[in-house]
Amino acid sequence: MPRINSTAELEELRKGILAQKDPNKPCISVCAGIACLGSGNAQVISAFEEEIKKQSLDAKVDLIATGCHGFCEKGPIVVIYPEEICYLEVTPEDVPEIVSQTVVGKQVIDRLIYTDPNTGTKAAHQSEIPFYKNQSRLLIGNSQKINPKSIDDYLAMGGYSALSKALFEMSPEGVLDEIKKANLRGRGGGGFPAGSKWETTRNAQPGVEKYVIVNAHEGEPGAFMDRALFTGNPHLILEGLIIGAYAIGSHQGFIYTRHDTPVLRKNLDLALTQAKEYGLLGDNILGSGFSFNVEVHLDVGIFVSGESSALMRSIEGMPPEPRPKYIRTSVTGIWDRPSNLNNVETWANVPQIINQGYEWYSSIGTERSKGTKLISLSGNIVNSGVVEVPMGTSLREIVFDFGGGIPNGKKLKAIHFGGPMGGTIPESLIDTPLDFDELSKLGASLGAGDMLVLDEDTCMVEMDRLFLDFLAGESCGKCVPCREGMRQMLKILTNMTQGEGKEGDIELLEEISGVVGEAALCSLGRSIHKPLISMLKYFRDEFEAHIKEKRCPANVCKELN
Amino acid sequence: MSEIIIQIDGREIAADEGMTVLEAAQKAGISIPTLCYLETLEPYGACRLCSVEVEVRGRTNLVAACLYPVEKDLIVRTRTEKVDRIRKVILELLLAHAPEARGLKMQEYAEEYGADKNRYEKEPSFCIQCGLCVRYCAEIKKKSAICFVNKGPSREIQFIPEIASKECWNCTECFPLCPTEYLQGVFVLTKALAFPSTPMGPSAE
Repeated sequence: MPRINSTAELEELRKGILAQKDPNKPCISVCAGIACLGSGNAQVISAFEEEIKKQSLDAKVDLIATGCHGFCEKGPIVVIYPEEICYLEVTPEDVPEIVSQTVVGKQVIDRLIYTDPNTGTKAAHQSEIPFYKNQSRLLIGNSQKINPKSIDDYLAMGGYSALSKALFEMSPEGVLDEIKKANLRGRGGGGFPAGSKWETTRNAQPGVEKYVIVNAHEGEPGAFMDRALFTGNPHLILEGLIIGAYAIGSHQGFIYTRHDTPVLRKNLDLALTQAKEYGLLGDNILGSGFSFNVEVHLDVGIFVSGESSALMRSIEGMPPEPRPKYIRTSVTGIWDRPSNLNNVETWANVPQIINQGYEWYSSIGTERSKGTKLISLSGNIVNSGVVEVPMGTSLREIVFDFGGGIPNGKKLKAIHFGGPMGGTIPESLIDTPLDFDELSKLGASLGAGDMLVLDEDTCMVEMDRLFLDFLAGESCGKCVPCREGMRQMLKILTNMTQGEGKEGDIELLEEISGVVGEAALCSLGRSIHKPLISMLKYFRDEFEAHIKEKRCPANVCKELN
Repeated sequence: MSEIIIQIDGREIAADEGMTVLEAAQKAGISIPTLCYLETLEPYGACRLCSVEVEVRGRTNLVAACLYPVEKDLIVRTRTEKVDRIRKVILELLLAHAPEARGLKMQEYAEEYGADKNRYEKEPSFCIQCGLCVRYCAEIKKKSAICFVNKGPSREIQFIPEIASKECWNCTECFPLCPTEYLQGVFVLTKALAFPSTPMGPSAE
C-alpha cells in the first residue's frame, strides 16, 4: 500500500478505487453480522463462493461479507446490488438459484423476499420492507455496502474525507466548536454533551499527554448496536476518534473492547494496520504534522469494566474497580492524565458532523436530542434487530412500524430501556418520543439504546429479579450499598416470586433503593435500583399481588398460582 | 501548605490543603463514623458509612468524607436526615453479616443510628469486606498474603496459601484490625492453609 501524504493524494487514491468499481456490476452482499453468522451465514458465504466459481462468474460478480444489515430477525440476509434485492432467511441450498436467477437472470425469487405477515404484501427491495422503510441509516447504512476488512471500500464511500477536512481546513478549536454547536450528546447512556467533555480534556493539565478512548465494552444484555456498527464499519469509528484526538490535542488513543468478540477484534486489528499503512494513522497523518496512535485493550469479562474509571484502571493494567476518588476522568484519567472517553456510536457521529456541518446535523432530531440513534430492538417483538432512527421518533413507530409489533397476538405491556441499570415504561406511554430528556423524566433513561419489548406475559417482579441476578455477577462488590443492597434486594425479590413475600417488602426495597442510589461508589452501583423504581412506579399492583394474594398476574412465577 | 477555611456542621474550621473532609473533621474533634478507614492506609471508600453532605457553590452532594478533598468555602453537614438514614441502612446491611460483631465500633454505631440488627435476613459470614486486612498486608507489610476473590455479592477475602504459609503465623497483625471478629481472619487463614488447593475466584462458584 502506498503511503498517502496529502489531501490531493488521498483524493487521487479514492478516484483510483472508484474507477475500478463498476456501479452496474452485480454485487452480492451477505450479512456477516453476529446474528446472521449464528444462523449459519458462514455456510451461505462459502456456498456463494463455490457457485460463483462453478458458473465462472469470478470476474463478473462481486461477493462481500459485510457487517450487520440490521434485520437480525430474518437473517441470514443477502442483498443483490445494483437492484438492491433483499433476500431473507437464506440457506446454502438457495444459493445456486440466487446466482442463476437473480444475479445473472435478473429475476426475483418470490419465496425469498419479504412477505408482510399481516397483509401478505411482498417486498423485493430493501427500501420497501417496513423494517427499513422509514429508518435514517446515517451511521449503519454503509455497513452492508462495504467489506469491513477493506479500507478501500470505506474510502470508496467517501471515508476519511472528514479527517482530511479537519486536518487541513479546520483548526482543532474549529473542530471542537463544530461538535459543540452540533450538540452531539454521548450515546453511551449519560447523554452528556460530547463537545463539553472534549473541551474539558483539551484544557486540562496543559503540557501533559492526553488520551482519547473508545468505549466499546457494551456489556448490557440486550445491547448489540455498538458491536454491529464497530464490527461492520471499523474505520468510521476510527476516523471519528482521530478527528477527536486532533481537536483535543491527544496523540494516543485506546479502544477498549470485549475479550469475547473475536470478529470485532480481527476487523479492528486489520483496520488499524491498513490505516497505518496508508498514513491515516501513526506519525504525520496525511502529511499534516499531526501524529496519533491507537492501542486495543480487552476487558477481563465483567460488566463494571464499562464504567469509565474502572475501564481506565483496566487499561492501566489494574483490576477494573471504579476509582473512589472525587475526580473527573476527563481531567484525571489513565495514569492521572486527562482522558476523554466516548462510546462507539458517539465517535461514529463525528465524521458526518465535520463533513456536513453542525447546521445539517442539528436539523435532525428534537430540540435537545440531535441526530439519529441506533436502537437494539429485542424481546417480545416480531422484528428484532438494529434500527437507526432520528431522535424524536415515537416509541410506537419503533415498536409497531419497524418492529412489526408483538408476536403471537399478544398485547404490549411495557418497554424497558437501558438493561439492568435502566427503566421501564408502560404501554400507555407508547407515544413518548425517543429523546434523552423525555425518557429520563419518565424514569427510564435511554441508556445506550437497548430497547427490550415486553408483552403481557411478562412478570415485572421476575424481570427485576433477573436484572439483579445479572448484576450480582457483574458488580465489583467493593462498596457496601451496591454489594449488600443488591444481595438483600435479590433475596426479597426471589422470596416474592416464590410466594414468600411479606408485608413491608416493598417498603424495604424502596428503603434500600434510596440508599443504593445515593451512597454507592460508582455509577453502576448508583443505578442498580433503577429498573425496580420504575417498575414500582408503573406496576406496583403486580408487586402487591405477589405479596398479598400470592398471585403472579402474568402467570410467570411457577410457585404461585 | 496553605490553610483553607471550611464549615462543618455550622462551625468554621481551618483545614490544610490536600486534606480530606474526614481528616479536617477529626482534627477539629468532630466525629464521623468509619469502618474501612485506617489512618495509616490509603483511603478506600468502600463502607460509605462516612457519607456526608457537602455543599459547593450552592450544589449539595452526598460524598464519602474519607475521600472528598477540602476546598475553599466548602460546607459540610455530617448529621442530616439523609446522612443518618443512609448510615442506619448501611449498618443494618452489615449487621446481617455480623450481628454480634465484637469490634466496639459496630455496636456503638448501631446504637447511635438506631440500626436494627434483625432488619435483614442473616448472612452467615462475619466479614463486612472493609478490606483492612487486605490493604494492611499489601500497603504496610508489603506481602499481599490476603486478597479479595470473586465479585459482586460473592466477593470474599482469601489468604494465598503459598504466601500465607510462609508469612502469616509470624505476623497476624491484620487480625486485630477486623471490625467484626478476630476469629474471622484466623478461620480464613486456617482454611487456606489446610485446604490449599480449594479453588478460588469465579471458578469456585
